[in-house]
Amino acid sequence: MKVLVPIKRVIDFNVRVQLKRDNSGVQTDGVKMSVNPFDEIAVEEALRLREKGIATEVVAVSIGTADVQQQLRTALAMGADRAIQVDFNEETQPLHVARLLKAVVERESAELVILGKQAIDDDANQTGQMLAALLGWPQATFASAVGIEGGKATVTREVDAGLETLELDLPAVITTDLRLNEPRFVKMPDIMKAKKKPLDVVPAADLGVEAPPRLETLGFAAPEKRSGGRKVANVAELVEALKEKGLL
Amino acid sequence: MTNRILVIAQHDGERLDAATGKTVACARLIEGEVDVAVFGANAGGIADAAAKLAGVSRVLRIEREENSAPLAAVLAPQIAKLAENYTHVLAPSSTFGKDVLPRAAALAGAPQVSDIQRVIDARSFERPIYAGNVLTSVRVPEGVKVFGTVRLASFQAVAAEGSASIESVSLDAALPSHTRFVKLESAKSERPDLQGAKIVVSGGRGVGSKENFDIIFRFADKLGAAVGASRAAVDAGFVPNDMQVGQTGKIIAPDLYIACGISGAIQHVTGIKDAGTIVAINKDPDAPIFEIADIGLVGDLFAILPELEAAIDAAKSS
Repeated sequence: MKVLVPIKRVIDFNVRVQLKRDNSGVQTDGVKMSVNPFDEIAVEEALRLREKGIATEVVAVSIGTADVQQQLRTALAMGADRAIQVDFNEETQPLHVARLLKAVVERESAELVILGKQAIDDDANQTGQMLAALLGWPQATFASAVGIEGGKATVTREVDAGLETLELDLPAVITTDLRLNEPRFVKMPDIMKAKKKPLDVVPAADLGVEAPPRLETLGFAAPEKRSGGRKVANVAELVEALKEKGLL
Repeated sequence: MTNRILVIAQHDGERLDAATGKTVACARLIEGEVDVAVFGANAGGIADAAAKLAGVSRVLRIEREENSAPLAAVLAPQIAKLAENYTHVLAPSSTFGKDVLPRAAALAGAPQVSDIQRVIDARSFERPIYAGNVLTSVRVPEGVKVFGTVRLASFQAVAAEGSASIESVSLDAALPSHTRFVKLESAKSERPDLQGAKIVVSGGRGVGSKENFDIIFRFADKLGAAVGASRAAVDAGFVPNDMQVGQTGKIIAPDLYIACGISGAIQHVTGIKDAGTIVAINKDPDAPIFEIADIGLVGDLFAILPELEAAIDAAKSS
């Protein structure tokens, strides 16, 4: 079974994100970029399926300019077999990405797609669901456990009410939540090996995908900050302060 | 053209979830007519509750056996079909709405606006990105259906004072059988729901252990509060994940939030920044939680909470 793992290049999660001075967007110059952490979990899950003998090949795919090759190399260093860069020059929006991914899934005859539940930049939480819709495949979002046997996937999902279990007929799309696994550490020799693994570049135009309507960005702003900082000396003062606010 | 807005109701098969009333509140800020769709196997009581939501014109009851569990693959084609008669489709930005709405939007060939926190006009919305560290305003182009999930902490549920009409609707949509609901495991609790509670008491790594968390539960019960936890406390195994408050857990907006032994990592603060009043109790005077807390008290939570319980009792009886 071939597993496709879409990954997104995002500002590293440790970076304190800042707006440009003119509020025209987020500062990205000289900022560390990484694989979206949820996608890293997806790569790890795919690799574990291969190690269990369930997956035969793990293919990482990313959509964007040549810059995304850096993140694809990370996926290859983790252990993915191959990578595909869909060369795409516009801002990536989920529906467009889902249409491009659908074309890649079909070209590759993949039977399972695992990807992050959301990217930590736009926090949209849409791509996996949209891809599943377009393919007409089952979906299991926010996965915290995945079992695959006899053409079926049993997935535990982290939902607001607790843990939900679904059974899906393969092929399917699964999106990862934080607790699914802990991605492996990439070692130096793996980075060297990754340089020799195949990385194909496919122009987005070659995928024959119709561009969907796009959301227009009107602007960016910094959120209002909470101004806290008042401290009380003891429990009595705390109770007094709560009473003043009418909370007791 | 008048806007016609469809809100997808959230429920657990028995009761309408408060998330629905909050989503209706957002919908009412868009000029137009608001309908609520209730999908279920036996949804009479839920439809009745939805009909009471202020500002709702009609409640659509879509009942069939396949709708007994909220499966995105089953609901999305029905929502996409219903959407043909609407300009807007809104769902709560809960795990339910996040799961189902993008699937419906993709079927309708429309983009989605996630986590709407402010309505600018009928097609323009403000939403948080980068875990709430940046806000962006986006616009859905003319002629394109608006699909959006609503950030629940940003809206107060509408009052239950309406009297919408209820219609049973049967939809001509082919439903897949490739996805099956197996089970839902939820820690049943007598305490208020985390996302709807007026008061929330949360514990963090500073609580120290699963056993020690009892002091948080006891204190919460004294206040009639819901209990939450930081990601550190969940990762340490003190409490289950459905209690997690923060960017990777639940985003909440209670009137009063009491953080006990929580340092205040950005990802946690993201989940509580809409709370009315934040109280922090932590033994580390330099913990970042104090920078955003309205009232901070430095000290050992194991000494402070019992004292606070007693003081609250005294204050109540005086």
